[in-house]
Amino acid sequence: MAKQSDKLLEVNNLHVSFKTHGGEVHAVRGVAFDIKQGETLAIVGESGCGKSVTSLAVMGLLPKPNGKIIDGSIRFKGTEMTTLTPKKMRRIQGVNVSMIFQDPMTALNPTLTIGSQLTEGIIHQKKVSRKEAHQKAIEMLHMVGLSNGEQRMKQYPYQFSGGMRQRIVIAMALICEPDLIIADEPTTALDVTIQAQILELFDHIQEETGVSMIMITHDLGVVAKTADRVAVMYAGKIVEMGSKRDIFYRAKHPYTQALLNAIVRVDIPADTLKPIEGAPPDLFAPPDGCAFCERCPFAMEVCQHVQPPTSMVDENHAVDCWLLDKRADTIRQKVEIL
Amino acid sequence: MVGNVPLLKISQLKKYFEIDRSQVLKAVDDVSLSIQPGETFGIVGESGCGKSTLGRTIMGLYDKTGGEIEYNGQNVDQMNADQRFRLHRTMQMIFQDPYASLNPRSTVLEIIAEPMEIHKTCKSARERKEKVEQLLEEVGLNRNYLNRYPHEFSGGQRQRIGIARALALNPEFIIADEPISALDVSVQAQVVFLLKQLQLEKGLTMLFIAHDLSMVKYISDRIGVMYLGNLVEMTSSHNLYENPLHPYTQALLSAIPIPDPDIEEKRERIILKGELPSPINPPSGCVFRTRCPFVMDICAKKRPEFVEVEKGHYSACHLHAPKNERVIVHMHKRAE
Repeated sequence: MAKQSDKLLEVNNLHVSFKTHGGEVHAVRGVAFDIKQGETLAIVGESGCGKSVTSLAVMGLLPKPNGKIIDGSIRFKGTEMTTLTPKKMRRIQGVNVSMIFQDPMTALNPTLTIGSQLTEGIIHQKKVSRKEAHQKAIEMLHMVGLSNGEQRMKQYPYQFSGGMRQRIVIAMALICEPDLIIADEPTTALDVTIQAQILELFDHIQEETGVSMIMITHDLGVVAKTADRVAVMYAGKIVEMGSKRDIFYRAKHPYTQALLNAIVRVDIPADTLKPIEGAPPDLFAPPDGCAFCERCPFAMEVCQHVQPPTSMVDENHAVDCWLLDKRADTIRQKVEIL
Repeated sequence: MVGNVPLLKISQLKKYFEIDRSQVLKAVDDVSLSIQPGETFGIVGESGCGKSTLGRTIMGLYDKTGGEIEYNGQNVDQMNADQRFRLHRTMQMIFQDPYASLNPRSTVLEIIAEPMEIHKTCKSARERKEKVEQLLEEVGLNRNYLNRYPHEFSGGQRQRIGIARALALNPEFIIADEPISALDVSVQAQVVFLLKQLQLEKGLTMLFIAHDLSMVKYISDRIGVMYLGNLVEMTSSHNLYENPLHPYTQALLSAIPIPDPDIEEKRERIILKGELPSPINPPSGCVFRTRCPFVMDICAKKRPEFVEVEKGHYSACHLHAPKNERVIVHMHKRAE
């Protein structure tokens, strides 16, 4: 366990780019965050904001040869991952970090039994015997709420419903006893009543094992339910990061505020809905200034030309916006009159 | 909603699919509802509950197995071919997947103009083109996009093209089958906002099908909740969220995480056990009984009737029978 530092994962100034037919896409542009033991960090943002790419980079799963980390560092328990050979990286990631994907249908191999898919990882990574692996797999199935493990192990993915498949994928992620689980939209493909079951299961697992989690989602309800801290991403950058309450009650970035206004809540009368007009910028040619400025109701001259620096609202609450710059005080008043 | 003749009235509508000789899938079973002119009726339910089949059967994309569909007071079965053709001009559909519902080999102009060509609503190609340009502007797209192909657009833009196509014939009634579920949250808000505006401007009547209960709440006047082919609850949008009566609706609402950490931490959820049973062999009596936290003996024996519990508030549950009043009180306490 991480004794030297309480930070399990530290990501700094991460830049990822992809080569495509249309040129190079700068999908992640300087992302920095860290995760402590037992904590859940939610990364929210719209499709194309780079949230999934960030997690793939952490997992060392960027599609080769087109996807590449071009700058920055990823430290896992103090070990720098970006300079390791792929083989060494797999050794560390395979045991310590697991990933849960959005679609349980495609995350499982339809031609293999649940049993062989569950045990493959642990046999390969931890060098345990088949028998031990089998025992462990049944234990994991029980933990994710699937009874009758012995029989389940012989079945194929098509014999399970969507919710059960996601439980199996979670069991697969847990079997090597990882320190960190990255869940990429784990409930998006599920119905709400099944989503409630799965989110409850995550709670239970975290209590039981103390595993850290990165929860990637676009559903702010899921964030409110599961996260300790939240990072809001837009156009390849984290624009605001803070505790769950910082983000929901004291959001400072206009994009975060707009996101919160663009949803309808089921618990209060829904009279107003304020969609965010426009669309995110094209990352083939990222803008010079703030990526949100075209859609921002508070945009100033400086936003178009210079990227906003990170301002700290307090120790844990960081915002990348010119409105929070000390020199913006006078301008902010002007904006509020508008 | 006090109207005289409902624009759409369906009674005991059934749509069964034959799987093989011995098995029948009852996708929609005895659904009755009516929609007043200018009203937006939302249908919600989980995947497999039959909500899309209901929409498609009303539209005529599926032949119904039983029941009646009345449009503007006229029974659809008694219409002749010509009347039916005209009916389809007034009734249009917006589909779920903006990637699959637009022909990738047609230009925007061809896609939106096609219904006008079929129904010969414009005198010349030029008039059609003008109308298409006008429609593009109405849905918030640039009128110069005429000669572009669907792949050049984002999901939200494609859905706007789908909406423009549905509006091309100046319909009265629109069936929107999960029009936003394939889109990003912020884009969802844009599209729902657009639909509501268009509805107000044009006085459209709408059947809005969705699995996401929050956007439905914003757009609908009344909402029906479906479970396994049955309509289990129906009431005004406001009432459904304030005072859900059916145990399934209560569980469904309680399952939605609320984007507010303080509330979320204090909430007690009703977590439903298990998953939707197979519609091929549904449970006897009440279809929800296998997952219902309040299940009683009678639920397995008798199918609950869809009764008006309060004014305009219908629910199909044995708990609402008078002798079980005490249970209802108990339920309400829990829901609070």
